[in-house]
Amino acid sequence: MSNSEQTSEHLHPHAHAKHHHGSAALYVRTLVALLILTAITVGASYIDFGAGNVVIALFIATIKATIVALFFMHLRWDKPVNAVIACAGFLFLGIFLMFDFIDFGSRDGLRPVNWDGKLPIETVAPATSGAAPAAEKK
Amino acid sequence: MEQQFDTSKIGMWLFLATEVLLFGGLFVGFGLMQARYPQEFIEAHEHLQRPLGALNTVVLLISSFTMVMGVLSAQRGDKKKVVMFLVLTILCACIFLGVKYFEYSHKFEEGLLPPRWYHAQSTDTVRDAAGNVSHGYGTFFAFYFMMTGLHGIHILVGIFLLSWIAVRAHRGEFSKAYYTPVDLVGLYWHLVDLIWIYLFPLFYLIK
Repeated sequence: MSNSEQTSEHLHPHAHAKHHHGSAALYVRTLVALLILTAITVGASYIDFGAGNVVIALFIATIKATIVALFFMHLRWDKPVNAVIACAGFLFLGIFLMFDFIDFGSRDGLRPVNWDGKLPIETVAPATSGAAPAAEKK
Repeated sequence: MEQQFDTSKIGMWLFLATEVLLFGGLFVGFGLMQARYPQEFIEAHEHLQRPLGALNTVVLLISSFTMVMGVLSAQRGDKKKVVMFLVLTILCACIFLGVKYFEYSHKFEEGLLPPRWYHAQSTDTVRDAAGNVSHGYGTFFAFYFMMTGLHGIHILVGIFLLSWIAVRAHRGEFSKAYYTPVDLVGLYWHLVDLIWIYLFPLFYLIK
């Protein structure tokens, strides 16, 4: 923090103690970190890690989201109740996701019960190599 | 005053939690359909322009930065800077929507649309014996338009909210002691950014 900020902290100790935690310098660093992470995730998307692709992309996204929540959304300095609410939202989303995928795992890939092992063919317009079959449909 | 500020903030966070769940439902649906149509989803995602998605990610991150600078200026009672940073944030939001418009019109032209309107692409490999393409391609774009569309609506709402508090800031309605609306709109704006942080890799990057 700069000297001028420290001076104003003495002048308005109450307001300062409650809300003033960030600084322009900190927010610039936060932005730079987010941009670097974006570059990393875009770069990583050009490399094939197989099943790791999703994990890497979502892991980096979660780091970015955490940085946004902690610094831009001030959760780092806020009353804990706000962080509890935010985490609760994600916790319940996690429960939702978990049970859905447990269910999915027990269903042989969401195929119909009489699935014969071939591709799930519910087809749409006839294949016309990029032409416009929708116009014919009308 | 202090207590009012804290209470409004808790209210805003509760709203943001419901927003997470709203988008969360769509994310779960996307995940399930991706598991069902893996090959179609990989091919469909190749039609999205990664550089444009990355550009929009950068634009939104910068807008989050200008927003938080606006809140900081409000905390310091610097009216002129509040208005300036809010206008910059609105500008970024407009750039984002402009890029999105460009992307959408490209997809409309190519027929990259939900199943009912989907035009088969020559690169589509999952077909039945008669050559009809799988439902999975259109399903990808159904999720694409639903999720980025809902996110786009949030951006639009954000532009209105930002304009509203920019006008109020310009009128001098905020001070060091009272700037709650700036803070809360800021939280909303960061959440819109946060949702995009997940949308971008999910649609544009993951193979």
